Amino acid sequence: MPELPTAVRGFGVTFRTMFKRVVTEQYPEAAAKYPPKPRFHGRHQLNRWADGLEKCIGCELCAWACPADAIFVEGADNSEGGRFSPGERYGRVYQINYLRCIFCGLCIEACPTRALTMTNEFELADNNRTDLIFTKEDLLAPLQAGMVLPPHDMVPGFTEKDYYAGKVIGATDTGSATDTAKEST
Amino acid sequence: MTIASGSEQTQTDLVDVVVDDINVRVPKGTLVIRVAEQMGVEIPRFCDHPLLDPVAACRMCLIEIDGVPKPQPACAITVADGMKIRTQRTSPVAEKAQSGVMEFLLLNHPLDCPICDKGGECPLQNQAMSSGRGETRFEGKKRTFEKPIAISSQILLDRERCVSCARCTRFADQIAGDPMLELLERGAQQQVGVADDAPFNSYFSGNTIQICPVGALTSTLYRFRSRPFDLVSTPTTCEHCASGCSLRTDVRRGEVTRRLAWDDPEVNEEWNCDKGRFAFRYIRQDRIESPLVREDGRLRPASWPEALDIAARGLAAAQGRVGVLTGGRLTAEDAYSYAKFARVALRTDDIDFRARMASDEEAQFLAALVAGQPLGPTYADLDAASNVVLVGFEPEDESPIVLLRLRRAALKANTRVWSISASLTGGLAKMQGTWVPCQPGAEAQVMDDAQKDGSDDAFGAALRTPGAVLLVGERLAGIPGALSAAAALARNTGARLGWVPRRAGERGALDAGALSGLLPGGRPLTDPAARREVSDLWGVQADELPRYAGRRGSVPIAQSADAVIVAGVDPVDDPQGEQLMAALAGDRFVLSLETHHGPISELADVVLPVAVDAERAGTYVDWEGRSRSFGTAISGVTTVTDSRVLAMLADAMDESIGRGDVMELRAELATLGHWTGDRMSAPDVRPAPPAAGGLRLASWRLLLDLGRMQQGEPHLAGTARPTEAVMSAATAASRGLTEGSLVTVSTPDGSLTLPLRLDEVAHDTVWLPMHSPGCSIVQDLGAVPGDVVEVVPGGPR
Repeated sequence: MPELPTAVRGFGVTFRTMFKRVVTEQYPEAAAKYPPKPRFHGRHQLNRWADGLEKCIGCELCAWACPADAIFVEGADNSEGGRFSPGERYGRVYQINYLRCIFCGLCIEACPTRALTMTNEFELADNNRTDLIFTKEDLLAPLQAGMVLPPHDMVPGFTEKDYYAGKVIGATDTGSATDTAKEST
Repeated sequence: MTIASGSEQTQTDLVDVVVDDINVRVPKGTLVIRVAEQMGVEIPRFCDHPLLDPVAACRMCLIEIDGVPKPQPACAITVADGMKIRTQRTSPVAEKAQSGVMEFLLLNHPLDCPICDKGGECPLQNQAMSSGRGETRFEGKKRTFEKPIAISSQILLDRERCVSCARCTRFADQIAGDPMLELLERGAQQQVGVADDAPFNSYFSGNTIQICPVGALTSTLYRFRSRPFDLVSTPTTCEHCASGCSLRTDVRRGEVTRRLAWDDPEVNEEWNCDKGRFAFRYIRQDRIESPLVREDGRLRPASWPEALDIAARGLAAAQGRVGVLTGGRLTAEDAYSYAKFARVALRTDDIDFRARMASDEEAQFLAALVAGQPLGPTYADLDAASNVVLVGFEPEDESPIVLLRLRRAALKANTRVWSISASLTGGLAKMQGTWVPCQPGAEAQVMDDAQKDGSDDAFGAALRTPGAVLLVGERLAGIPGALSAAAALARNTGARLGWVPRRAGERGALDAGALSGLLPGGRPLTDPAARREVSDLWGVQADELPRYAGRRGSVPIAQSADAVIVAGVDPVDDPQGEQLMAALAGDRFVLSLETHHGPISELADVVLPVAVDAERAGTYVDWEGRSRSFGTAISGVTTVTDSRVLAMLADAMDESIGRGDVMELRAELATLGHWTGDRMSAPDVRPAPPAAGGLRLASWRLLLDLGRMQQGEPHLAGTARPTEAVMSAATAASRGLTEGSLVTVSTPDGSLTLPLRLDEVAHDTVWLPMHSPGCSIVQDLGAVPGDVVEVVPGGPR
């Protein structure tokens, strides 16, 4: 049997493929159908305690751990009436440069208060460099129900150690303490 | 490690010891920990510090010695012949002892490293990693303290972190002589503390932070500001006084975050004062950002070419009738540039770096005995001196490292310190010094009397002993005859003479020729050989240099010139500041080269901004005459040095003084070197007869006061001495004044009200701080030390 011309034989591949399962994912039209895996390393988030105080203490261990030098932190003193986190120290400036970040996750391993974790969000493209340096406002977790925007005092009767032990479960609308928070511990 | 080893060890001083099975011969009396150090064996330690006496408080350095039943502290045991020592490298006993001690030290340690300023450079962290266990076995409740407590406005104490090594308390007691810190309580409650009514207001308190091996002592200024890995460190020299401390400047993202004392055994050892450590935020405050030119009576920003052009035309229009006034801020290179610019481009010799109390007598004294002299007397000479006599010089306030050296020499080397002063100060007491009471203004008389035949003045005899040193302060310039008397006293007794200015740039400016009548290296302007050497290097004919010595003193220079260049001058330093300002405000062209906005830049016709120390490289010459070069701490800034601005200005005037870069200037200064030919003779001014009536005013600037470079440092200012008048009990009683009450000190020009303290002060004398909050004797009283004042009880009428 004479061989078909190679050009025609090539169409055979095309023809066979028409009956196979499509593996291409339609992004972004059908992005919702293909969520990332739960442990995917996406954009970072700075978490809060249940009463809204920030978990970040500005210790810079994340910046120290970062192999790409993508994180910049400056700590500051929690003052009377200006408390952002339990304890003495909070992160006044927090920046992650997503042009540098390699999403390795060493920073979240280093974090002593679990303030820094990673979300699954990966859509981080932009058309300029400046906007890819995320600041504390961009990274802080949104306030959940029961949280009050800092600065505010710690729950009365509680110390930072109680926060670290997970004993604080919420704040009142005044931003100070709830009796229920104390009773439930 | 840090003490310069001077003496050669003879064979007989050596002993044989065995460390970790290695035979070594070391000088007798060496501490075991030092022997190990020299062999490269690192024994963990906290309390050990080479400049402090051994105390063996932390027990971390335990080692095994053959024949001794229990482990011994290596930091407190001196070697003996035949001693067999085993460190943790070869001895399981030592290793177990050390890890046991580390476990004990960590029992109550809060392990709050993430919020601790020491984290990342902490000996406890490091040695817990090297000698500690990974997991704690302690399940009890840790001892807690309130954290942190402020033991002064600058120093914070976190007692939970303390390992009771006693470095801070030993420093305060042995080195600074301010024993305000003490270990209190016993057992687990042992803690460092201060008395309730006596905060740790030592001038040297910052050193305790640096030597604390844990994060127990931290500063308010550096609190939570950065981590060691953020910092770019540069060796620098302190710009605050003429002690010449070697510092380490740590910069984070273009901003100085802290300064530490750097190790220089010949000068500051490992210490510095709080002013040098904590006063650096002036760098960022109120800086002049761009050139300014005056248009329609107002200063407006201008471009460099425009400003330089206007400045060049203004100077050229004065046709040689130009004066140059420079201040103590300038580095040696910059002062040299001004000296060269004045002589070459402006063809004038009207230049004076002394923006403070100054006299012709002083200029002659400096030209004869200080300018361009080789190194010495040095700190080492103070260590070795039999007797040191201080005149018009209060080391604790005016050159604190001199105090530390003299104190150590007095306590450990039998140096005897004498002070001819109006009061027996705390600083003199720290040096166990002998007070020679002297009314302010009478210093010359006291020194003259000591030289007379048959004089029984003990300090005069002391100066005749071999190795004696006479240190005179810059303040003596204000007392007619005093510097003449000092020069004669040193000449007649054979004592070495040292001149200690207050500012970092003074000695460098003097050596660089920024004083009329003096060319660089102490060369007399009128000496043909000196003129030839300098003119050859500068590429001009010898006869193009000014022929006669110019005017001296800021006011005469400003009043006689049609154009004045002013750099680094703060009129409040000058008793004649008002006349200077009036002269500058007159109808003459004023060019200001300045770092910060100030009264002189406000009235200048052209203002050119220049770099501060941290932004440039340079050299200061300390009081010994030692060059203290430093590098650029903050890189990447666009500010330019005075030298570079002068080079550009010379270009704009069609003159050439070189490129103005620091390497070129250093090479020129090195080429010129010191003048070895004839010098002017020392001054011979007779003392003025004492004024009659009233009280004599004694005064000097305290270390921490209203100085321009200390502004914006509230925590530092909080540790300053209180503003108060001081007099003797007898003088106070004769005027009906009592301790603690308010008194009013007045002159015809003004008055001041402040609390009175009674202390050892010369009779009929009242001491006031020169420029402290609420008391500036020049501005408020129009007075200088030695003037007559009246003191009456009570507040202002």
